[in-house]
Amino acid sequence: MSTAVAEKKVALEAVPREPLFSAKNKKLITDPLNDDNPITVQVLGICSALAITVQVQQAVVMSLSVVFVLIAGNMLISAIRNIIPSRIRIIVQLVVVASLVILVNEILKAYLPDISEKLSVFVGLIITNCIIMGRFEAFAMGNKVGPSGLDAIGNGLGYAWILVAVAVIREIFGSGALSFPGVGQIKFIPQSFFEAGYMNNNLMILPPMALIIVGVIIWIQRARNTKLIEKN
Amino acid sequence: MIESLNIFVKSIFIDNMIFAYFLGMCSYLAVSKTVKTAVGLGAAVIFVLGITIPINYLLENYVLSEGALAWLDPSLASVDLSFLSFIMFIAVIASMVQLVEMIVEKFAPALYGALGIFLPLIAVNCSILGGALFMQDRQYSSISDATVFGIGSGVGWFLAILAIAAIREKIRYSDVPAPLRGLGITFILTGLMGLGFMAFMGIEL
Repeated sequence: MSTAVAEKKVALEAVPREPLFSAKNKKLITDPLNDDNPITVQVLGICSALAITVQVQQAVVMSLSVVFVLIAGNMLISAIRNIIPSRIRIIVQLVVVASLVILVNEILKAYLPDISEKLSVFVGLIITNCIIMGRFEAFAMGNKVGPSGLDAIGNGLGYAWILVAVAVIREIFGSGALSFPGVGQIKFIPQSFFEAGYMNNNLMILPPMALIIVGVIIWIQRARNTKLIEKN
Repeated sequence: MIESLNIFVKSIFIDNMIFAYFLGMCSYLAVSKTVKTAVGLGAAVIFVLGITIPINYLLENYVLSEGALAWLDPSLASVDLSFLSFIMFIAVIASMVQLVEMIVEKFAPALYGALGIFLPLIAVNCSILGGALFMQDRQYSSISDATVFGIGSGVGWFLAILAIAAIREKIRYSDVPAPLRGLGITFILTGLMGLGFMAFMGIEL
């Protein structure tokens, strides 16, 4: 991860002015979706990715919260990067994230109390989500506000799609249907299956299955993208 | 006494930080390549959890929760500062880690040599903040219970990282499918270990 980021940093600093949607900036968004995915390649932000993927709606709310905190935080840190003393930068970064997370938590409590209840401590744990601190350290501290925002969007989406993918698999096999607030349940396993003796796999709802599903996603991704394979 | 013992056992096995809540997974995956470093990080986590949980407990009960400021002045009994808990907890954790690092460096250089590089990592380890938030959530009745919970959670985390590091050292000699090597197999192994740990879930304490 670090070498790729360092290369990006050098490349960005070498070119003083460039349009917002140049090829290089597009790479900032597309890279984290696959080749440099924060969860499956950089191995950051795993904790929350696993714990709140039992239901799709929780995963979506969690992803949106993380994307918001990441974008706002990355741009803020990037804007004040030149006045942060490097010795206490971790504390400054933590304060910025913590304030943003408090904001998210209060909004969730006010407008989505059920989901806020289910997410419990995991909203608070966005503060120590390594993706956020990792992007601050690796990108926002050395780049301008615009690219930092794009980098945050890319990494946020890279995080979100893994989260939602795991949640979809777990919910379909664990409860046979996806439930959304306002829409109700959308059944994926037809009733006739249940009558024929099919049963929901309760294992899918248990925490360990999240790990195994992420493991399998990594397996598939690396089988398709062989340059990511570790030498051991 | 028996109550504390229950909390201790519960926090190690039943509510294991890694297998039941996935807290601290980032460092768990990154630092579990060898047993030696895993032991260092695990010990540092026990240490920091054992120190920060009681401090955050005091903060929660005498400053942050509703009516907690009543000891200062009866008119403050209706003040509820709990929305500030995230920022206060993380500030305590970050500064305690810094302080612990300096104290250990000064008074126990040998320990610093072993733990030194891991201490800064711990400020952003989810299990520390997670421990503080669970402590807040579960409302332990006394500071000693909270401390026992902190140390127990640390021991549970230590056991988990020690076990996975030992397995990863051995698995180097096995023929794992290439795309699964490293990260992938570690995830699946952790999942299987988690299934094993679920056996403790039925225990009522």
